Amino acid sequence: MVAWLDGFDAWLGHGLIFGFVLANIALGITAYSIWFERKFAGRMQNRPGPTEVGFAGLLQPIADLLKLLSKEDIVPRAADKPLFNLAPPLTVIAAMGTMAVVPFAPGLIVADLHIGLLFALSLGSLLVFPVWMAGWASNNKYALLGGMRSAAQSISYEIPLLLSATVPIILADSFRIGDIVDAQLGGNWFAFWPIGPGALAFVLFFLSSLAESNRIPFDIPEAESELVAGVTTEYTGMKFGLFYLAEYLHTFVISAVAAALFLGGWDGPGENDGLIWMALKTLGLFVSIFWIRWSYMRFRSDQLMAMCWKLFLPLGLGLVMASAVWVHLS
Amino acid sequence: MSHEVAESVEEGVQMVTIGGVTVPLELTQAPWPDPHLDIDKYDPDADMMALNMGPQHPSTHGVLRVKLYLDGEVCVKAVPYLGYLHRGVEKLCEKLTYAQVTPIVDKNDYVSPMMNELAINMAIEKLIDAEVPARAQYIRTICAEIQRVASHLLWLGTFGLDMGGAIGGGASIFMHTFREREMILDLFEELTGCRFHYNTHTPGGNRHDIPAGWDAKVRHVMDVIETRVDEYEDFVRDNPVFRARTIGVGVVDPVLAMELGISGPILRASGVDFDLRRDDPYMAYGDIDIAVPVETAGDCMARYLVRLAEMKESIRIATTLLSGVPEGPICSLKPVKLPGAVKAKEGSTYCAIESPRGELGTFIVANTERRSHAHPYRCKLRPPSMHALQLLPYLCPGNNISDIIVVLGSLDPIMGEVDR
Repeated sequence: MVAWLDGFDAWLGHGLIFGFVLANIALGITAYSIWFERKFAGRMQNRPGPTEVGFAGLLQPIADLLKLLSKEDIVPRAADKPLFNLAPPLTVIAAMGTMAVVPFAPGLIVADLHIGLLFALSLGSLLVFPVWMAGWASNNKYALLGGMRSAAQSISYEIPLLLSATVPIILADSFRIGDIVDAQLGGNWFAFWPIGPGALAFVLFFLSSLAESNRIPFDIPEAESELVAGVTTEYTGMKFGLFYLAEYLHTFVISAVAAALFLGGWDGPGENDGLIWMALKTLGLFVSIFWIRWSYMRFRSDQLMAMCWKLFLPLGLGLVMASAVWVHLS
Repeated sequence: MSHEVAESVEEGVQMVTIGGVTVPLELTQAPWPDPHLDIDKYDPDADMMALNMGPQHPSTHGVLRVKLYLDGEVCVKAVPYLGYLHRGVEKLCEKLTYAQVTPIVDKNDYVSPMMNELAINMAIEKLIDAEVPARAQYIRTICAEIQRVASHLLWLGTFGLDMGGAIGGGASIFMHTFREREMILDLFEELTGCRFHYNTHTPGGNRHDIPAGWDAKVRHVMDVIETRVDEYEDFVRDNPVFRARTIGVGVVDPVLAMELGISGPILRASGVDFDLRRDDPYMAYGDIDIAVPVETAGDCMARYLVRLAEMKESIRIATTLLSGVPEGPICSLKPVKLPGAVKAKEGSTYCAIESPRGELGTFIVANTERRSHAHPYRCKLRPPSMHALQLLPYLCPGNNISDIIVVLGSLDPIMGEVDR
């Protein structure tokens, strides 16, 4: 627990206030992660990235936001208007709601549910509905294809994601993410111990969540070279911005959950620095997602499905069995 | 077909000789899809989706429009529609004089302008029986080979974009290949004063001689690019996603390709050993041995490998020729100052060169009775990309919409020269 937060325990217990604070922090992190990604991608591509707005382009997210807000909001005449307008905010709600059950330090959690991990995974899987809604309501063939791909992909990758998340549940004997982190305290991170299933489950969880959040190399629902912009083809202005916001938020939450489940959460060498370690691990995973994004191309949709059903699913089942055997023996 | 057929084995690949050309047997055995499939008969319930891909689409290389009939995500029939970039260049050539035609056709294949100039000027020289001095021939050949490297670099970048998207790994390749292409454009700028549309070839030779120190710069740039090409191989060829997306995708039947008049890397990737630089040498190509890279798989990966090998071979040709540039004049005629300076007698000629995309032909008719001595009566251009696009109705059916983009990218069409 961070020392200066000790006095606020009563306040923090009130999830509403902490939730508000966390939501704003998350939005800030998201905005600046976009700046960071642009800089990072620029360095990878032999160019400087944003430099014009503010020092080293630091005001670029604000400029982007203002630009998105000032754009004309176009709704296609043939679109299903209620669904079309409802889809972008729903994606953000689903992505942000997941954050409620992620503990960033002992006690530093919005809602300490005893089924926290299930809640996080189920909210994450709810994301498929707004995306499919957007694809259908746009009344655009590219958006329809994108929505169709997204539904198939998210539903398929749900299964290996859940299976790989089952491994820490079995090892820690609890659904509460805080308990899972507590089980790893003292360096017993599940990513490294038990040696076989832990590391594999971490890789499986990471890849499946990349696929579920439609990141490269699994970003076929919005494959812009094939489907123009996939589900977001017909969206303009801030509605388009909300889709991107949700995507980045979801990526951030995934990193946080993966850090808590497999990398020991706030466990670090020091004593009273839990939040820093959690933040470092989360941001490390976040950056590695960018790294993958800017160095890989994308798979074809049928190859993606084949990978899920032929490789990830059997692997996940095997890992669950292996971890159960491990717990039984030890 | 009533060709003689004989089978043989070369380097472990079963080959078949059809009509004097030896091609891999495996590629010739799959049936061709019907490009004129009647969708109404094929699908009486009409539950297929017709998707107009292009002309406004990020991956149709400008303004190609392909009408796809999709069964789910799998294409059943594809019809390419051309003409969105038609500028009437051939008609314009009839209105202009020989001297004025050169910079106009320059804009056709906007990825390799040097090749267009070379093609039209070789045709005009053949028509007016003009000699090209040896020095000009060498300069032209070196420029052509450097241009080929630049063109293939751009192709590799856009191929990455087609597969990885503008925000993703594909863009990383794109940025890196453009960095190298920029170095080549700088070389051309120093030679001709222009970065893109050079207008350096003129009937009878070249306008610009090699400036002092240029050859050292070319050598340096070529060395850099050669190491970078190896880096691309590491980055792209061994990339599991790239392999999964290209191997076995868009296999071109060499017999079909020859019937459609396809040439260049696409044909060589299907096992047909044909390269005009070696088989019908022009300019300084007769003075040097050219190793023509040939692949036998015929898929997108084979086309990628052929182009990469061609880049290395072009670098070798350019640097080798650079050390043997003879002294002498660079133009046998007086430099063209007036539009009507180049005059031709009655006659017609066809002249073809190996552009980065294949056989770039120019057919010029001079008719002094109906047109003046200074104007071509008819100027027909044979762009290799247009012939390559004829493959689309055969390659698309049965492929996923994602693969159609990859196949289209691997054909490397330049719409400027397709529509002219």
